[in-house]
Amino acid sequence: MGRVGVVLCSCDLEGAPLFDPDVLTEKLKRRNDVLPLVYRSPACSESGVEAIRAFVEESDLDRIVVTCSRPELFGPTCMKVLRQSGHNTAFSEVIDIRPALASVEKGGLKEAAEHVLDLVERKIDEIRGRVPSRKEKIPFTKRVMVIGAGITGITASIDLGNAGYEVLLVDRLPSIGGRMLQLSETFPTLDCAQCTLTPKTVETGQHPQIRLITYSEIESVSGEVGNILVKIRRKAAYVDWEKCTGCGLCQEKCPSKVPSEFERGVGLGKAIYTLSPQAVPNKPVINREVCRFFTKGKCRVCEKVCPVGAIDYEQEDTFIEERVGAIIVATGFDLYPKEEIGEYGYGDVPDVIDGLAFERLNSASGPTAGEIRRPSDGHIPKEMVFIQCVASRDPERYMPYCSRACCMYTAKHARLYKHKVHDGRAYIFYMDIRSMGKGYEEFIQQGVEEEGILYLRGRVSRLFRDNDHVVVWGVDTLTGKKVEIAADMVVLATAMIPSRGVKELAEKLGIKTDEYGFLTEAHWKLYPVESGVEGIYLAGCAQGPKDIADTVAQGNAAASKVQALFAQYRNSS
Amino acid sequence: MEYLYFPGCTLYTKAKNLDEAGRECAKVLGFELRELSNWTCCGATFPLAKDNIMALAPPARILARAKEEGGTLTTLCSVCFNVIKRANRLIREDSEKREKINTFIEMDYQGDVRVLHYLEILKRDVGFETLKAAVKRDLGGLKVAPFYGCMLLRPSEEMEFDDKEAPTIFEDFLKAITCEPVDFPYKIECCGAFQSVGAPEVATECAYSILSSAVRNGAEAVTTTCPLCQFNIDSMQKEVHEKHNDFPGIPILYFTQLLGLALGLPVEKLDFGRNDVDPRPLLKGKELI
Amino acid sequence: MKIEISRQKVHNEFAQKVEEISGQNLFACYQCGNCTAGCPVSFAMDLGPHQVIRFSLLGLEKEVLESNTFWICASCLQCTSRCPKGLDIARIMEAIRLVILRKKERLDRLEIRELPGEFLDRVPQIALISGFRKFSS
Repeated sequence: MGRVGVVLCSCDLEGAPLFDPDVLTEKLKRRNDVLPLVYRSPACSESGVEAIRAFVEESDLDRIVVTCSRPELFGPTCMKVLRQSGHNTAFSEVIDIRPALASVEKGGLKEAAEHVLDLVERKIDEIRGRVPSRKEKIPFTKRVMVIGAGITGITASIDLGNAGYEVLLVDRLPSIGGRMLQLSETFPTLDCAQCTLTPKTVETGQHPQIRLITYSEIESVSGEVGNILVKIRRKAAYVDWEKCTGCGLCQEKCPSKVPSEFERGVGLGKAIYTLSPQAVPNKPVINREVCRFFTKGKCRVCEKVCPVGAIDYEQEDTFIEERVGAIIVATGFDLYPKEEIGEYGYGDVPDVIDGLAFERLNSASGPTAGEIRRPSDGHIPKEMVFIQCVASRDPERYMPYCSRACCMYTAKHARLYKHKVHDGRAYIFYMDIRSMGKGYEEFIQQGVEEEGILYLRGRVSRLFRDNDHVVVWGVDTLTGKKVEIAADMVVLATAMIPSRGVKELAEKLGIKTDEYGFLTEAHWKLYPVESGVEGIYLAGCAQGPKDIADTVAQGNAAASKVQALFAQYRNSS
Repeated sequence: MEYLYFPGCTLYTKAKNLDEAGRECAKVLGFELRELSNWTCCGATFPLAKDNIMALAPPARILARAKEEGGTLTTLCSVCFNVIKRANRLIREDSEKREKINTFIEMDYQGDVRVLHYLEILKRDVGFETLKAAVKRDLGGLKVAPFYGCMLLRPSEEMEFDDKEAPTIFEDFLKAITCEPVDFPYKIECCGAFQSVGAPEVATECAYSILSSAVRNGAEAVTTTCPLCQFNIDSMQKEVHEKHNDFPGIPILYFTQLLGLALGLPVEKLDFGRNDVDPRPLLKGKELI
Repeated sequence: MKIEISRQKVHNEFAQKVEEISGQNLFACYQCGNCTAGCPVSFAMDLGPHQVIRFSLLGLEKEVLESNTFWICASCLQCTSRCPKGLDIARIMEAIRLVILRKKERLDRLEIRELPGEFLDRVPQIALISGFRKFSS
């Protein structure tokens, strides 16, 4: 074995070097198995990279250590350059000197150098101990699993399907479309959400490269990039989807009326259901927790009316195993439950609803056929209060972060309400307005100027039921006055939180989440759709609150990352 | 079962009806309130200034003496409960202040006495099921609005009494003694506290809001746990009438008076004459007395 | 009603005194007004509690001390219990009261001789004790 080359870059991108490299060269020169090179400008530069290449080639070194303050950013580039000169990078490393600097006072360059030397020497010894590994060909499966079939997952799937790869699109709901299925219209264009979504869900369902695995959950994951084995639990639907023709008779005839999670508390559903008339796949499932047969042993009407005998109460969960090369996690979001907010009634006031429930009321296919009506008595509300920042921007009691989309969707809700109830008044309690997209600010101002929406700057301390009104105690900080409104209905823009079960899924995948459960990106600025684990990518609200335009962009980005990954492995299937 | 009892400034005089009923009911329910042998006023406000250590001396002394006598300390007054419980926690957690206070009061107290409000004794140590079984005079679902006020509930991390937005202990108590609790939104709002002395017009408005909310929600009576709340919404109904002459008026009873009524105590012991808005017409009308 | 702002005026001695006595960081208030919205007596205040915090931060001592806000405060802690930034506003009100009450000149808000005799007969000790502790030095 030859000498180990050590490239000492002391970095001065922030105006001063981080350590004194001469202290290291002094000590390293005494070892005859090490050849140090000091590079006094940042090595992450064209000339720096050239210098490293020249050093390796001229000194015929087969093992290199490079000191770096951002190895996650510069490392890959440096290694690529070395590989290009024929160097075997299994024996080299760009090491992170930040841990060595953590305990040193700024400006203590000599002290810092001692700590860095310690780190470098340990790495030299470790690298000298590396043995060449047997070259093995491992199969690289160029198939992708996308977990989450909302608009983000759908976007990524279509991109990858179009690029010619086989895509397995998994979702826990019976059909694809995610949260967008619940929406009525989207900002800032007020386009019909279903008109935007349905062509995409149909395209996905019809795409020859995309296989839908709905009503399923991820059971376990093992392996590594190119060779990931995923075990999936397909939940019992109690309907044989092979036989089912999607005629809808079972749903029509089902006698039950039960609370529906899809309707967010403002509408009822059936025990056997599809999520929408245009569901993809258009096959129903039975919710055994509310079905009269499963809970009381009675009914069986669906079985009786099904023309093809597709009902199967004996069905059990099944398991499948799939091998893929990469995974995209696009599990979306949920909303902070209003049932946990004491000052707003703990969810016990029927006319206090959340944003998604409002979308259901406004939807033509929703429980009120698109009419804005109070859940308590079906009357049309004339005094309509919207409250932003509910459980968001609240480090003391709830979530400290801003949920990003609420300013826009609340303005949208108020405008949609005014379009339907001309003699109603909409009030929006806000702290700031964050309208940072194309056409967003104009949308907000139009709502104020044309629809007469009254924005009241201040929070709502408390609201409670008083006969058939909801009394709202807020404040208008711009006049300084405490404000009381006897509202007919209140819509809470509650915080966006990650979907239920994401922490457990992340653990199975071996990827990180933050303290709130959002998936952690590999680098805050530069690697937003990467998880830090090769082959596993993130996209959409699973990574953090955002609106549809941004989730779609991330879906596209994750798909492009997978394509770049797959392109590196040219001679595999 | 014996508890060390801290009466506070008002309980033996102006709030005798709260105190006597409380002690008698305790006997019926099988526990005893043994008055702390040497006590002073608690201060009636918890010092909110970070540098005010002097104001912690009175509650500290009360607690230190309770420690010497040994036992759990209890009180019938929400304000005393608040001051003593908060002082107890501060002494337990802030070693610097603890040392200064102990030096001043010349005692050595570590903050380890257990402090309970009488209602907590009823819930935790007696149990509402036992209470229900002990009822001798069925109150026939008398519609009573429980007024919590502020001192029992806040700050909730320190008082650990009940949920500060939707508490239920007082309602559970009322159900156990065969009353029908009336939920009303102002049950957790402040009665105005010492503003009945400082800015009486303001306190009058607070009382009006609370009482009219109770009446609007169908209450026949309101019940309190605090002599200050009692004064502000019972005695001050006179001022409320002067400003709002359409206000119908409603009797305000201490929770111990209701408890005593349900446990079958003789009516003289419940001292209804001391309540400024006479509850006797209501109770006679319901054939409870 | 123009005010001049400079680094001497913002977060001045008065503001720092209030912070010291209350143990609260006035900069942490993001003026959401939740305190004012939930305060049971803010209807009678000329400045809402959130405004008092704002004026204090800007160093406007005179306007703050001339308001009735902190004298009307009943220390019920509703503001503190709901502040999303975790500020203890009740302590801030107490601090401002004490800025006045701790001055050398006697500036008590309440004098016992001002209270009518028949009222003194009715009022329970607890009200007098707490009242005088809050309003006098």
